[in-house]
Amino acid sequence: MIDSHAPGKVTLTPFSGNGGLSPLDVRDLTIALPPGGDRKEAVSKVSFSVNRGEIVCLVGESGSGKSVIAQGIMGLLPRTLPVTGGQTLLEGEDTTRASQKRLRALRATRMSMVFQEPMTALNPVMTCGEQLDEVLVEHTDLPPPERRRKILDIVREVLLPDPERIVASYPHQLSGGQRQRIMIAMALVLEPALLVADEPTTALDVTTQAQILNLIQALQARHGTGVLFITHDFGVVAEIARRVAVLRLGELVELGDKEEVLKRPRHDYTKMLIGSVPTLHPHGRRVEAGAPVVLETKDLSKVYIDRGWFAKRREVPAAKGVSLTIRRGQTLGIVGESGSGKSTVARCIVRLIDPTGGEIRVHGEDIAAKSPRALRPLRRRVQIVFQDPYRSLNPRRKVGDAIVEGPLNYGVSRAEALDRARRLMELVRMDAAALDRYPHQFSGGQRQRICIARALAMEPELLIADEAVSALDVSVQAQVLALLEEIRTRLDLAMLFITHDLRVAAQVCDHVAVMSRGEVVEYGPAEEVFLDPKHEYTRSLFAAAPGRGFAFGTA
Amino acid sequence: MDAPGRKQYEALSVEAAVVVRQESAWQRVRRNWSVRTGGIVLCVLVILALVAPWLGTVDPTLFDAGSRDLLPGRTGEITTLDGEVVRHTFWMGSDSLGRDIYSRVIYGTRVSLVVGILCALLALAIGIACGLASGYLRWLDGILMRFMDGLMAIPAILIAIALVAMWRGSLATVIVAIAIPEIPRVTRLVRSLVLTIREEPYVEAAISLGTPTWKILFGHILPNCIAPLVVQGTFICAFAILVEAILSFLGVGLPPDIPTWGNVMAEGRQQFNDYPHNIFFPGVFLAVTVLAVNILGDGLRDTLDPKMAKKMGSE
Repeated sequence: MIDSHAPGKVTLTPFSGNGGLSPLDVRDLTIALPPGGDRKEAVSKVSFSVNRGEIVCLVGESGSGKSVIAQGIMGLLPRTLPVTGGQTLLEGEDTTRASQKRLRALRATRMSMVFQEPMTALNPVMTCGEQLDEVLVEHTDLPPPERRRKILDIVREVLLPDPERIVASYPHQLSGGQRQRIMIAMALVLEPALLVADEPTTALDVTTQAQILNLIQALQARHGTGVLFITHDFGVVAEIARRVAVLRLGELVELGDKEEVLKRPRHDYTKMLIGSVPTLHPHGRRVEAGAPVVLETKDLSKVYIDRGWFAKRREVPAAKGVSLTIRRGQTLGIVGESGSGKSTVARCIVRLIDPTGGEIRVHGEDIAAKSPRALRPLRRRVQIVFQDPYRSLNPRRKVGDAIVEGPLNYGVSRAEALDRARRLMELVRMDAAALDRYPHQFSGGQRQRICIARALAMEPELLIADEAVSALDVSVQAQVLALLEEIRTRLDLAMLFITHDLRVAAQVCDHVAVMSRGEVVEYGPAEEVFLDPKHEYTRSLFAAAPGRGFAFGTA
Repeated sequence: MDAPGRKQYEALSVEAAVVVRQESAWQRVRRNWSVRTGGIVLCVLVILALVAPWLGTVDPTLFDAGSRDLLPGRTGEITTLDGEVVRHTFWMGSDSLGRDIYSRVIYGTRVSLVVGILCALLALAIGIACGLASGYLRWLDGILMRFMDGLMAIPAILIAIALVAMWRGSLATVIVAIAIPEIPRVTRLVRSLVLTIREEPYVEAAISLGTPTWKILFGHILPNCIAPLVVQGTFICAFAILVEAILSFLGVGLPPDIPTWGNVMAEGRQQFNDYPHNIFFPGVFLAVTVLAVNILGDGLRDTLDPKMAKKMGSE
């Protein structure tokens, strides 16, 4: 959701640094992994520094060790990950060798951290004001009225509306963006020299993300804070970094100014990562207009009814009057922020949930009100791939069994189904030997390929990808997107692609429907929607896309 | 991007470099110290129960008026069913009727283990059926769970005593009577697991693959409930062994001539001050068995519960 108090661009007051020691100087940092891991060291000989008033982005894919570095700096490493070499100098003081007591004194005063998930980082049974106050009580001798004034000041500084009310609220009463602002307020209230932000905007919607990035930039410029910003998103890097450090498997492969690294990457790995970032420009493929319509929804709606024993009946509309059309060989994208109803629409079309009204026509046949029994023969036509590759496969079933399950349900013989499965593994670029293994032996991207194979085993006419690449690293994402594209052309499938990521939508969609609060606010060919958005919401969505004006270098 | 270029890129991606190496749950279970200890003790007990006739025991129902109240280790005589009189060393002494306590305790192991294991299986079987039904069929949920709540409101031992009193004591009735109060706990566990697992994307995927409901229940949901159920089963087993001993001790369990630990202790109760061995030996066996089952259960919980396994691993 969008914060109601959308701030304008904050004016940046340039900070006049007073020289001195840099907030952070990491020298040859090496952190060991427990024996039996996939490599010996989580972080190997990493060196970089963060200067006053500077934002350094630490970028890498999952497992690159970027969060481990943050924990090492903050002295938060678990015992299984010991620092075996190097230093992390916070204004000249090595935090890897500091005592617990010293670390407690340093945290919040000289170094602070903001985490990814603001709901779990805040204590749900304390008001935001109490949590802010705790920081001040712990580290200062200020009298209560002084503390109160300071708290209200910082809450005002992170641009939260009505500070008195916010301070008295519990975390669950605030939106995700507001909670993250409180986290930032807590981190910056004592003006530390260093702020470590570990994926602080990853859990937020794109418009909220833009506001938070703006805020971090404004605050760090005003206070001269050095910021170590950890992210996997190159759009975010382009938006806020001054310098960029690229990590791969615990090793620093490239370090340099943003313009240098993003436009003229030197290391192959950086080139690969940047080459994998989809552009915001739609591909502009010619779409055959006369192809038969595979799916048509008319006024599709879903209302969740909350019927308590004592509570009043409450109606929550999740989708309102959604009308979409997909033709064979086409990809329709539904984009929107969380809670916009895009997944509800997908789940209605697969009939995982029952729509409250409207029609879902698959090849002209309305399936919206069909009983489960009558629906069974029609299920094979529409298949879905889910977001979370780790939960989409039954951990107790072999990959092969998962893929043949659907065909077996429709009377295909086991031998034939297995034969089909083997061919599908080839299609999704995996080894047929994978069929005899369990899902836990595969990485996220491989599992997503398996899920695609499972859906294709049904020989569907419509494939729905519900945020199917959102949980994947950017390089793996590029591979899976390329695979989906190839499958769509080879099998002449209709595809419904649901995503919150505008870059992904721009890359794969022929038509785009933008959803907000359960309604389609804009619907048309991708080129029109992306290059000339009509609706105000669409415009604000595009304006918030990180790194929109930045031309990434090509490999 | 051309094809060879992409291939090169794929080789560079982090994912290609990471080999996923994960221990299976079975490997973790076998390495666990608690599982090993509990398992070995239980194996020994099972072997004892199986080879009871060849361990220098006599028929546990035999008695001899001449060998009453012997202290452990004494030698006396015992009359077999054929009227033959044989010399016998009473390793654990004899009771007030002149029965060999050693033989009765060793044979009692059979009863205890059978009661423990069958109770656990029975309670699990019925509990799984009710839990699956209640978790997946929403209309049945309310009725079934209120009934289970009612059953849980009555103390387990009270139900067991009432049921055995109603049906007359036999092995089958004791097992059923002990298992029934355990059913609501299993039902609740299974129901909560079903409610979580049915929301998993792999279950939704199975629905969209047209998999019939019963196949989803038994092929997708139940296999993912196994780990917590195994743990719950061991605790039911330990509890059932205890309850059987309590029922026998109170004289409402199996008939007094059947050798069970509870019966031996009940028999020795009046003479506890003079002949403590009557209660000591069956008591030790009971305690060791229940402890072994509980240690095994703890070990299984630590290794099979992924959250627990993670916590132990990071420490």
